[in-house]
Parts: sequence; structure tokens; C-alpha cells
Amino acid sequence: MTMTPDTLIPTKPVAVTVPPRPDHPPIIRAENLSVRYGDHRAFDQVTWTIARGRITALIGPSGCGKTSFLTCLNRLADLVPRCSVAGTLDIDGMDVLSAATDVIALRRRVGMIFQKPNPFPVSIRRNIALPLLDHRLCDRRTVDDHIERTLRAVGLWGEVKDRLNQSAFCLSGGQQQRLCLARALALKPDILLLDEPCSALDPISSGVVEDLIVSLRGRYTVVIVTHNLAQAKRIADDAAFFWLDGGAGRLIEHGPCRSVFENPAHPLTRAYIHGARG
Amino acid sequence: MHDQAISWHAAWPAPRLSARRNPDRFIAITAWLGAIAVTTVFFWIVVDLIRLGGAQLTPAFITNAPTSAGRAGGIGSVLVSTALILGVCLAVSAPLGIATAILLAEFTREGNRYCTAIRRSLDTLAGVPSIVFGLFGYAFFCVYLRMGFSILSGGLTLACMVLPILTRTAEQGLRSVPDEYRYAAAAVGMTRTQTLRQLLLPAAMPGLVAGVVLGVGRALAETAALLYTSGYADRMPSSLADSGRSLSIHIYDLAMNVPGGEPNAYATALVLVGLLIAINATAVWLGERWTHRKLSTA
Repeated sequence: MTMTPDTLIPTKPVAVTVPPRPDHPPIIRAENLSVRYGDHRAFDQVTWTIARGRITALIGPSGCGKTSFLTCLNRLADLVPRCSVAGTLDIDGMDVLSAATDVIALRRRVGMIFQKPNPFPVSIRRNIALPLLDHRLCDRRTVDDHIERTLRAVGLWGEVKDRLNQSAFCLSGGQQQRLCLARALALKPDILLLDEPCSALDPISSGVVEDLIVSLRGRYTVVIVTHNLAQAKRIADDAAFFWLDGGAGRLIEHGPCRSVFENPAHPLTRAYIHGARG
Repeated sequence: MHDQAISWHAAWPAPRLSARRNPDRFIAITAWLGAIAVTTVFFWIVVDLIRLGGAQLTPAFITNAPTSAGRAGGIGSVLVSTALILGVCLAVSAPLGIATAILLAEFTREGNRYCTAIRRSLDTLAGVPSIVFGLFGYAFFCVYLRMGFSILSGGLTLACMVLPILTRTAEQGLRSVPDEYRYAAAAVGMTRTQTLRQLLLPAAMPGLVAGVVLGVGRALAETAALLYTSGYADRMPSSLADSGRSLSIHIYDLAMNVPGGEPNAYATALVLVGLLIAINATAVWLGERWTHRKLSTA
């Protein structure tokens, strides 16, 4: 990967988009969205819409702002010291960046899975029960039903039903990641943010998790960051390519997955996809 | 390219695998010597105390009131006073210290000037000699607030004294909880209060317990700060407004001011050390039990 001439960077991202179809109306709308950590710009001026019910993959090299983009969507960026977000971000009619936004409700609707599985240091049951009870989505009598249902949804029930009271740390990495997914799904979110959910897993577990993500298509809007281009190509409906330009991440190209991968409009996209393949 | 790499490699002599050259051994031996030295000193003290004071240590010694300025009789009233002073001290310092630690570690951002100021002043206070706390306690609690020489004055003075160390240890305990838990909890929309209660405090329990144990240790061992505040009346206290003598002051008085008081001083010291060990063990046990209950069952 040697080509980084600045002349190739467009001022505006190239959209290979077919205009949003009625069966896939946009759910997330970002306009001139920028994130800074102190003086460091994570990404700049991203204007983009993400379609409802589809799997959208964010690809690009490390440090180009993909994860930072995700953390804007559920305002997790609030927790990062010296992080500031500018621009407008609209999720299903909700002004996400407004100070008046109910962050707790937002995070219930926008779940997130991290690169490293991060179950709570409590029992498997309590991992799912804690957020459910905290949001008052069920009471202590019905919580076990919810737990069983979500664990079945991620295919973990059979593996853990006899040891729900054991620490979640007894599970393997892949099982932990599925537990985290169950914990997020238990809240019945609309949107799931996945930050390289498979990169810390072995190939088998990675495959299981990947199949799970595919099974979410249609029911949830999934935004996934991945360095695995083959995975992006396999599972995503839409793709967006981020690139580091002048010290800040930039959205270079976005559109249906197939056209981004097979017929990239921008030379940088083409170089990245081909370079990374070889 | 490959040939070059191989010949370059071959130029080094093969490593000798003798144990004597192993530098880890030096570190291991030093560490062991240090550990043995520390435990030896501790056992020496305990053995000495048992040798010199063990004979006096009977059930009657624990329950009876001291007579003849402490040469005879027991330490019943002294134990009660000590417990009351310690109780006042902990009742004030533990909630205040842990609350401050939560503020410093969880609810403010790094580099917040107010918090930096709090930390600096706590660290400075932690290094202030206890006699200074004693003078402050005398001037403020005994005289200004008109509490006089009383268990209340003594306990509150001790609370001021242990607050810095308790707060800073508890803060370190909370900071040692990995950020992943905070992110995971935030990502499922848990409130900060719930995150703190259900996850962070249980996970930080060892640190909080360490803070309280360090505080109790300092408070139990304290003499100077209590001389001017709780006084040294050795009768049984009838309320918190009474003057009361702590174990450490009793030891000091017997050893310094009462000819022939040494055997009972040693016996009292033995009780004090025993108490410290018991409190330490209980606190650790309670902390572990709480962590276990909160963190691993439904």
C-alpha cells in the first residue's frame, strides 16, 4: 500500500449510492460530524446516512476514526476524557448530540459490542439481569424467562443452562462475546454497533459470531467495524471506507457493499481493497 | 539476504545454560531475604510480647477495671473506651472517605483543578505528624466546640487523621477497576449510580477494605492525637461525652509514668496487636464475602 497522494483525496466523499429505497429508509443521519480528542482530530466532516435494518460495514486502516464514529452513535464518547463531538447526528428523529437527549434511553436503543469481550465480573445470569432490572424492563419474577430467551437467541442456552450462576469469566472468548451480544439484545435495541466483534476470537468462534450477526439482518440495524475485508464482503449490505487524510479520518466512499468492493469509485478505495487482499 | 542473516547469527557463542549465571536467582534470593527479615521482626515482637506479658493475660485482665493506676487489675474500661473512640472515628471517616474517593475516581475528569487540590491537600494531611492533629483536635473539638476531653473529641480527631489515608487508598481501589466494566455498563445504558453500586464498588472492595484497615490500624496505634482530646481517665465511660483512655495511651502511661507497670503494659500491647490482627482478618473476610455475594451469584 504505497499510494497516498493528497491529490486523490476529494473534498466530498464519493457516494455510489442508489438513493435510499423505501424499504430501507435511513435511520441514522450524520451531517458534518467530527470528533476530536484534545488537539487530535479522530475524523472530520462525515456526512452520511445509514439504512434501517441493514448491515453496514465500516472499513479502513487503523486510526482513521471508525471506532470513534461508532462511539458517537451511542454517546459513549462522553466517557472519553477530552473528547468533543461536533456536527449533527440524528437517529430516528432524535437529536443525539443535544444536551437534552436522554442518554440512558439512547443507549438502550443503540447497543454496542466491543472488540474485546467485556462481560461484567458477575454470574452469567446476572450479566443479563443487571441491565434488564436497571431499565425496569421486567421484574424479578419474569427476568429468568427473558434471560433464557436471549441466551437462546445467541445460541448459548444449551451451553450454559446448567451453570447460569457461574462467573461469566468461566466462558471461552467466543462464548463471552455471545453473552455480550445477548446482554445487548436483551434490551431490544433498534441499532447494534459492533466494534471488530470477531477480531479477538479464534476462527471457529469468529464464524459462530459472524453467523449470528447475519441472523440479525432485517430485525436490527447493524453497524460493524471490521478489518477483515472478506468478512465485510460476506456479511454487509452496505459499506463505507474511511481513510486517514492529513491527520484526521475521512469518509472516502460509501454505498452498497457490492459496488464498493467490486467497482470502487475512488482510487484510494480500490487501492485499499486490492492492497489488503494481496 | 538469508545467508547473511545466518552467518551473523552464528557469530555469537552459544548461550551457556548453567544455573549460576541465571540473574533471576539473585533477585529471588534478595526477595526471599527481605521477606524473611520482615516476618522475623514481626514474630520477634509478638514472641517478646507473649514472653513478657503473656502471664498477665487472663480473662479477668480483659474484663476487670484497672486498679492502682493500672499496675493491677485489667483493661476492661480501656477496651470499652478504645472501641468507642474507634467507632466514632470509623462512623465519620469511612462514609466520608469512601464518598470522597467515589467523587475523585468516578465523578470527575482527570485534571479537574478542584480534585487536584483535594488530592494534594489529602496527601499533605497524610504526612502531618499526629501530634499536630492532636493540637488541632484540642483547639477545635475540645475548646471551640466545647466537647471537652471526651471520647467524641478523640474519635473525631482520629477521623480527621485517618481520612486522608482512607480516602486515597479507596480511590486507588476504585481506579484499579478496569475501564471495560464502565464502558460495558454505559453501553447497556446503566446509570452511573447502578454501575457504581452493582459493579464498581464490589470490584473495588479489596481496595476499600484496605483503606479501612489502614485507617483502623493508624487509629488503634495512635497515642499523641488522643492525649489532648480523649484524655486518659481510666474509669469506665458512661457516654461519648466522657473522657476515656485508649489502649495505646494505657500502654504509654504504664510504661512511662507508672513504676512497676511494665508487665501490664506488655499484656496490653499483646491485646492491641491481637486486636489489629483480628480486625485485619475480619475486614478482609467481610470484604471477600461481600464481593463474592455481589459479583458471582444472581
